[in-house]
Amino acid sequence: MWKSLLLALALLPGLTAPAVAQSAGASGAGAAPAAGPSAEIAKHIADVASADAEVQEAAAVALGKTGDRKVLPLLEALREGSVYVRPLPGGKKETVIVGDKLSEGDKTLVPLFRAYGREALTGADGKPLLADLTTLEEVSTGRRLRIAIRPLIDAFSGQSDLANPDPATRRAAATKMGYTGDAATRQVLEEALGKERDRWARFALQEAIALIQLRTGSDAERVAAAEALGRLRSANAMEPLYQLAGDTQTPAPLAAAARSAIKRIERWGLFTQAIEIAFQGLSLSSILLLMALGLAIVFGLMGVINMAHGELMALGAYATFLMQGWFTAYFPAYFDYYFLVALPFAFLVSAGAGFLLERGVIRFLYGRPLETLLLTWGVSLMIQQGLRLWFGAANVDVTSPRWLSGGIPVMIGVQLPYNRLFIIGLATLCVGAMYLLLFRTDAGLRIRAVTQNRGMAACLGVRARWVDAGTFALGAGLAGLAGCAITQIGNVGPELGQNYIVDSFMVVVTGGVGKLLGSILAAIGIGGLNKIIEPGMGAVFGKVLILVLVIVFIQRRPAGLFATKGRYAES
Amino acid sequence: MAAVSRRDFLKTAGAIGVGAAAGIGFPAVLRAQGGGTVKVGVLHSLSGTMAISEVSLRDVCMMAFDEINAKGGVMGKKIEAVVVDPASNWDLFAEKAKQLLLQDKVSVTFGCWTSVSRKSVLPVFENNNGLLFYPVQYEGEECSKNVFYTGATPNQQLIPAAEYLMSKEGGGYKKFYLLGTDYVFPRTANKILRAFLLAKGIPADSIAEEYTPFNHQDYQTIVGKIKRFSSGGSAAVLSTINGDSNVPFYKEFANQGLRSEQCPIMAFSVAEDELRGMDTSALVGHLAAWNYYQSVETPQNKKFVQAFKAYAKKNNLPGGDKRVTDDPMEAAYFGVYIWKQAAEKAKSFEVDAVRKAVYGQTFLAPGGQIKMDEANQHTYKPVLIGEILKDGQFKVVSRSKGLVKADPWSQYTSPDKGCDWIKHQGTYQKKA
Repeated sequence: MWKSLLLALALLPGLTAPAVAQSAGASGAGAAPAAGPSAEIAKHIADVASADAEVQEAAAVALGKTGDRKVLPLLEALREGSVYVRPLPGGKKETVIVGDKLSEGDKTLVPLFRAYGREALTGADGKPLLADLTTLEEVSTGRRLRIAIRPLIDAFSGQSDLANPDPATRRAAATKMGYTGDAATRQVLEEALGKERDRWARFALQEAIALIQLRTGSDAERVAAAEALGRLRSANAMEPLYQLAGDTQTPAPLAAAARSAIKRIERWGLFTQAIEIAFQGLSLSSILLLMALGLAIVFGLMGVINMAHGELMALGAYATFLMQGWFTAYFPAYFDYYFLVALPFAFLVSAGAGFLLERGVIRFLYGRPLETLLLTWGVSLMIQQGLRLWFGAANVDVTSPRWLSGGIPVMIGVQLPYNRLFIIGLATLCVGAMYLLLFRTDAGLRIRAVTQNRGMAACLGVRARWVDAGTFALGAGLAGLAGCAITQIGNVGPELGQNYIVDSFMVVVTGGVGKLLGSILAAIGIGGLNKIIEPGMGAVFGKVLILVLVIVFIQRRPAGLFATKGRYAES
Repeated sequence: MAAVSRRDFLKTAGAIGVGAAAGIGFPAVLRAQGGGTVKVGVLHSLSGTMAISEVSLRDVCMMAFDEINAKGGVMGKKIEAVVVDPASNWDLFAEKAKQLLLQDKVSVTFGCWTSVSRKSVLPVFENNNGLLFYPVQYEGEECSKNVFYTGATPNQQLIPAAEYLMSKEGGGYKKFYLLGTDYVFPRTANKILRAFLLAKGIPADSIAEEYTPFNHQDYQTIVGKIKRFSSGGSAAVLSTINGDSNVPFYKEFANQGLRSEQCPIMAFSVAEDELRGMDTSALVGHLAAWNYYQSVETPQNKKFVQAFKAYAKKNNLPGGDKRVTDDPMEAAYFGVYIWKQAAEKAKSFEVDAVRKAVYGQTFLAPGGQIKMDEANQHTYKPVLIGEILKDGQFKVVSRSKGLVKADPWSQYTSPDKGCDWIKHQGTYQKKA
């Protein structure tokens, strides 16, 4: 059974790993290096170093307006304050950019770069030229100049971002240009739209163009833009549209178009919010379910109150951390796939620990729930302290593989994060696998036989003790799997287990001890309810309210959602 | 730890008879300073939740003591550190403070991080006329003559950060989402921020405020709200989220498709030391407001950073030369030197004399020249806005013109109050 689960996991990269674009630096070095600046640009470059702030600012703006990509490094350097003037032989002066400071004895040396195109200046020996900082004259850049430069740099970087291979970067650049752009920006955006293939980047470009039109176009254009924004259901257009609709100066047709667009966008907003809440609830439910599944088996089927369940999750999380370290050290090229190896590894580590725990101590204490509770709590403290001694008290850093970072835009305004989709898939897979294992295999039959009537099962030749050990290990392994999954959404530290144990027990107890279906429904109920309550009441009250509801529910139905009925040996 | 301090105590007790050494004229204090040493206390949590931040402050204080001792100590006396561990337990803070003041009779104490720990030791220092150097930015509204605050007050961190975001250079943001962990600093900080924003003409419905419990991990709903709040591109987040909740928050923020270009997060509790051991890829491009960064380019900072890395390596501290410096560490470090200079100026270790000598002291701190206020127990500091880089360091994108004077009572929430220990007795009512 597990083989098929692992097989399914092994197939996942094909499904989930999208072609993540390598972002290559598209800016910087452009055409032939030989070409120097035109006379006009050369004059502006000299003026930028002027002591007169007015002249300086005018020169910087003029440089920005040239649209020549080679002046961008100079503008950036001005903002950072790394522009200097160096004396040339013959009393002339040259504006240069300086690089990172190096110290040599008492002197601070800096490499020099040409102001135009930022090519390294070389000395007579062909080596990069280093200059003593004290021989250079710093170009002071006041706050005003920095403020003036920022939009110029943004225009450059926006344009280069529009050509970035990563669609998310193109999208962000388009959206941003839409907020501030003018008619010239609109042209750039329209050109980009002609070449754009990605659906969501196209959307962002259209939205940006319409936003600019709405601000700067003629009356007819503005009406068309308002209508287009309504069609695009652009949440970003709400503010300007509200202003237009509320302003009495607005021409009547435009105001009407704005109003109808607002209505359309608002309706869409409610719809997407509902979708978002549903997804968030599903995501939380699947996390709760993953955490509770192992516990449902150990607590539900075996009647063992395992306080160390959270620490078994922590073991799984640290196993993931170790696997990440090994991949970085030995297979850096395959780093993105470490997580797929970490999943079965975390399962095995925790299952192994669970097996030892059962064989070592728990088997002597069956039927004595209080003692087991105390004992497993002790074990949980030991594991926690062990992790602290081994890995340190601070959290460890588990990096998400690229295919689990970011999200997939599914509709306007909704982007579903990959890591959460993955966990929903994993939880579904685990539940399916558990169902098949318990109800469709011989091993499952034996587990159910032992839980229902241990004596009878043993009489019929089932080796009850080994079934116990196997079941416990299975539950522990599921905890490890949950721990592994949690590294993608939360922190990994020695106290990880403590943060989740309460939620796990809450799900199992609400669901009804001994019923997998109960745990599933309880996880969905608690997760969904939490996400419905949270937007209105906040995270703190949301949590409190959920606990109150669970208490009330347990008081009404002490046995949980599904009470175990029938002829059980114990009852 | 207790055993060590008990031994120290016995040693001190034994030395009492001999204690009348140097003869400066404050015998009551000299009693506490056994032959040739001066005792100072270090009151930082070395275990429990706060250890992750506070251990670095202990380390940097010890380094400062070593440096001073290597150059002959303070007025010829070697610094003898009494290090206690209040274990992130607020009641234990008060107990340990009492022990330092009454049993060990330390001349000065360097300690505390959280506001609740400071509030817990405050009565101990006031009743026993002790002296505490507190190195962390805090919410203000305090003015004790027994504490020197070397961290920032709200007007040296919160307000300039909000001003920056509202400025043209910072992006001209018009809507603000105040997000914090649910305890005293974020609540007070947001009260002040809200008052400031309202005073600057930001309408109340353009300000959202939200809190999460400690250790909160599920930021789906909040990020969804921020996404709706920030559509239109004129919103920024002002975050006082503390501790490791930051990782899931920034991760979720990036995963739901929000980027720093559209909606930047300005953080008040994320510094280099917290970014150590964090996957920073989701944080790149977001902002923080502090008074010092490891990346500040001054000769004395270069020395400071190198010295600290070497110190960590030499003493086998966890992390070794991968350790970083940050704002509270710098404040803790120069606090030790300010105390040294003041004691030398006063020619005494006596608390009241040292306190008066601290007023107006200047020191060339790693981040640049700083100055102690002439009357209000706080520190003139520069304010720096930094952008988070991939390697967990910050690039300074804006710095204040010169030093900013500390206002323990924010002009936006308590315009009628001031803090002055020269013309007044601490907190006073300003005349209308």
